[in-house]
Amino acid sequence: MAFISSGYNPDKPMEDRITDIGPRHYEEFYPPIIKANKGKWLYHEILEPGVYVHVSETGAEVYTVRVGGARLMTVTHIREICEIADKYCGGYLRFTTRNNIEFLTDSKDKAYALKADLEGRKFAGGSYKFPVGGTGAGITNIVHTQGWVHCHTPATDASGPVKATMDVLFDDFKNMRLPAHLRVSLACCLNMCGAVHCSDIAILGFHRKPPMQDHEYLDKMCEIPLAVAACPTAAIRPAKVEYEGKTYNSVAVKQERCMFCGNCYTMCPSMPLADTDGDGIVLMVGGKVSNRISRPTFSKVVVAFIPNETPRWPTTTATIKKIVDVYAANANKYERLGEWAERIGWERFFEKCELPFTHHLIDDFRDPAYYTWRHTTQFKF
Amino acid sequence: MAKHATPLLDQLESGPWPSFVSDIKQEAASRAKNEKGIDYQIPVDACEDLLGVMELSYVHKRTHWKHGGIVGVFGYGGGVIGRYCDQPEMFPGVAHFHTIRVNQPGGKFYTTEYLRQLCDLWELRGSGLTNMHGSTGDIVFIGTTTPQLEEIFFELTHNLNQDLGGSGSNLRTPSDCIGEARCEYACYDTQALCYALTMEYQDELHRPAFPYKFKFKFDGCPNCCVASIARSDMSFIGVWKDAIKIDQKAVQAYIGGELKPNAGAHAGRDWGKFDIQKEVLDLCPTKCMWMEGGKLVIDDKECNHCMHCINVMPRALRIGDDRGLAILVGAKAPILDGAQMGSLLVPFIKVEDPYDEIKEVIENIWDWWMEEGKNRERLGELIKRQGFQKLLEVTGIDPMPQHVQEPRHNPYIFWKEEEVPGGWQRDIKEFRKYHQR
Ligand code: HEM
Ligand code: HEM
Ligand code: SF4
Ligand code: SF4
Ligand code: SF4
Ligand code: SF4
Repeated sequence: MAFISSGYNPDKPMEDRITDIGPRHYEEFYPPIIKANKGKWLYHEILEPGVYVHVSETGAEVYTVRVGGARLMTVTHIREICEIADKYCGGYLRFTTRNNIEFLTDSKDKAYALKADLEGRKFAGGSYKFPVGGTGAGITNIVHTQGWVHCHTPATDASGPVKATMDVLFDDFKNMRLPAHLRVSLACCLNMCGAVHCSDIAILGFHRKPPMQDHEYLDKMCEIPLAVAACPTAAIRPAKVEYEGKTYNSVAVKQERCMFCGNCYTMCPSMPLADTDGDGIVLMVGGKVSNRISRPTFSKVVVAFIPNETPRWPTTTATIKKIVDVYAANANKYERLGEWAERIGWERFFEKCELPFTHHLIDDFRDPAYYTWRHTTQFKF
Repeated sequence: MAKHATPLLDQLESGPWPSFVSDIKQEAASRAKNEKGIDYQIPVDACEDLLGVMELSYVHKRTHWKHGGIVGVFGYGGGVIGRYCDQPEMFPGVAHFHTIRVNQPGGKFYTTEYLRQLCDLWELRGSGLTNMHGSTGDIVFIGTTTPQLEEIFFELTHNLNQDLGGSGSNLRTPSDCIGEARCEYACYDTQALCYALTMEYQDELHRPAFPYKFKFKFDGCPNCCVASIARSDMSFIGVWKDAIKIDQKAVQAYIGGELKPNAGAHAGRDWGKFDIQKEVLDLCPTKCMWMEGGKLVIDDKECNHCMHCINVMPRALRIGDDRGLAILVGAKAPILDGAQMGSLLVPFIKVEDPYDEIKEVIENIWDWWMEEGKNRERLGELIKRQGFQKLLEVTGIDPMPQHVQEPRHNPYIFWKEEEVPGGWQRDIKEFRKYHQR
């Protein structure tokens, strides 16, 4: 491997330097039909799961074929996407917020030919490369974070549980049988890079053990005041510690105060907290971000802990599947998962979904906890 | 023959959903073969070693990535996230494996020409693995080494006319919904505003000067497709002020069954005949619509713009013409003090280039947050700590009922000295003249 310079000269870093040019202008990438009809769209219609048409006041129609995908994708895969877009879409395509790929064409025939082509492509391992679906009252792609592929704080993997969950929910990706659309999200730690705290179903990685302390290195690796200040529950204080016969400047952790957020680890690598048995998944349900009918709401914890069952997380996926099926069978048309749970009452939700209610599901974290307890005699038996 | 056995990961190749494991394997094979004779600038076996380290994580059920050290490109404080493997001897191909965030184009539209340029660059100088896209919105290049960073930046800026995105304590890469480009619900041009603000605030994006991260997200309407209300420090959500436009003929076509409700979104099940009373009128949260003499009537003054009726009957109902956006502030994920939803600050603002009114709100907020915010304190937390009234004060916005869900529960009202006649300084001697000790 010989180093190839593209022109950058480390001795004169400012020479020819271009900075602060921002992203490419969006108009460069609009398909011509989009450019011509922007702001003029009249209505849209879902023709079948994954295929829809938008009609403009100019009479123009754009057909979109939506494809689910792993958000982690390789350049080989992207090149295949490009090949398809060249063949059917004049060299244009787009991605959605939830990591779907959308191919836009100007005729229904092309859209169906495209769909057939997409569904014929499979990976060597047997999975679809480009499953078509994810529209309407169904389940679309799971937005997720990095997990064990690339992050330092995860309590669970991201791509793996997402793949396993989407395999289980695949029928609802291809179908629109649900009362309303249902959004599943995953964040591999409490940082929640994404909005999983407002999803119909959220899969959240969670630690259950306080941080360890690498006393020998802590003072060398970390700014102790930063580690102390990072803790939201003031569980950490500076301490002189005897370790293997030597005295170190380090920290002490009041373990019963720790809520396992991992902030200290983010500030101080000598305080790792990940653990084979301690880590796992929290399931939350009933959140939404849309303002439709009811207001946006946070997801609620309904399962406090499921172990990381690599490689396919069977308990997690089975629990999710059960919730989706019970919701599908019971909710009214247009009713989101959380709206349904609120209508029937959470006591009924747990009963119908056959989920045990444990003390871990009663909030005990600071002020917000109080607002989640019941302040009425209006309850059900 | 694969470099590492991956019996656990291999189980993620079956099942219908696209397998990231199969995809990484195909990239690993492509690099090993190197049919194009590429002089790979990071180890050829990066993908194989990534599979190896992932497999180890599947055994240990723990991550094997270390903290990002400080890496980046000259003069920028954001855009690159350092990443190192904690088993570099076992997996030298990913010992150094930094992430690069590339600022995605508005609406995430692409030409294949541009995508291929990105692929060529990343195949040569990186692992060939990407996220399309990261949660913040950027194109994410996963895995390269420190010496490549400046080269990648040079190529991006010189050949691709393309900049990095944001990371660190700065403005994160703003992102938008598809909006007017292909959505009939959009109340403003999300791409235009997102682009304009991204360009205006390049300095804030690349050179961290904030207490912590700051996010803008742009939704064209209250449906909130990019979840701006839940995950951005400032969310810009399209709204209209005037009447919903009604096409009575189309209303009848929905009632008669010629048009499918909700644009066909419920086609997977037989929900019975469309019932406008049950499905629209009764579900309207403000009950501001009814049928009168066979016509749909909306008392628009009472509508709270929830979007339900428009979503159900997109061909009969359209957003009004007096369009703009609402600004909500302070959303964040739970860490540290619990999750916060965006709080309404500006109910309506016109969206007109050069967007001066919007920029004024932004800059007033930033001035306050940069002055008062503690290290790693998100805007939402500062608002909680100092109060919503303080936010109104610094932005010069008048209080109004739209700002609250309901008025305060407790009468512990903090009056300021200047608000009380005569101020707070009183004379005890004067008092004692009339009140014995
Ligand atoms: C050194 C510490 C941290 C690192 C290295 C880090 C890394 C990352 C990465 C890689 C992403 C992008 C993920 C993706 O695109 O999928 C991200 C996004 C995000 N991070 Fe962090 N993170 C750190 C600390 C935190 C903390 C402390 C919080 C919250 C208090 C946080 C909240 C978030 C959120 C909310 C997003 C993105 C959400 C969105 O834009 O939709 N992160 N972070
Ligand atoms: C010297 C101090 C105080 C004295 C002597 C006092 C005395 C009383 C008495 C005699 C009652 C009536 C109890 C009953 O219903 O039989 C009462 C009720 C109450 N006090 Fe106090 N109080 C004092 C301070 C406070 C303070 C500081 C607060 C609030 C911060 C407070 C809040 C209340 C409330 C809310 C009730 C009504 C409870 C109810 O009826 O629902 N009190 N107090
Ligand atoms: S959610 Fe946590 S573990 Fe996952 S990518 Fe974000 S910071 Fe990393
Ligand atoms: S994990 Fe969080 S709560 Fe626990 S000690 Fe660290 S910072 Fe404090
Ligand atoms: S947020 Fe509204 S305008 Fe934007 S894509 Fe969604 S429905 Fe359309
Ligand atoms: S947008 Fe919502 S509140 Fe307004 S009329 Fe329609 S259903 Fe009612």
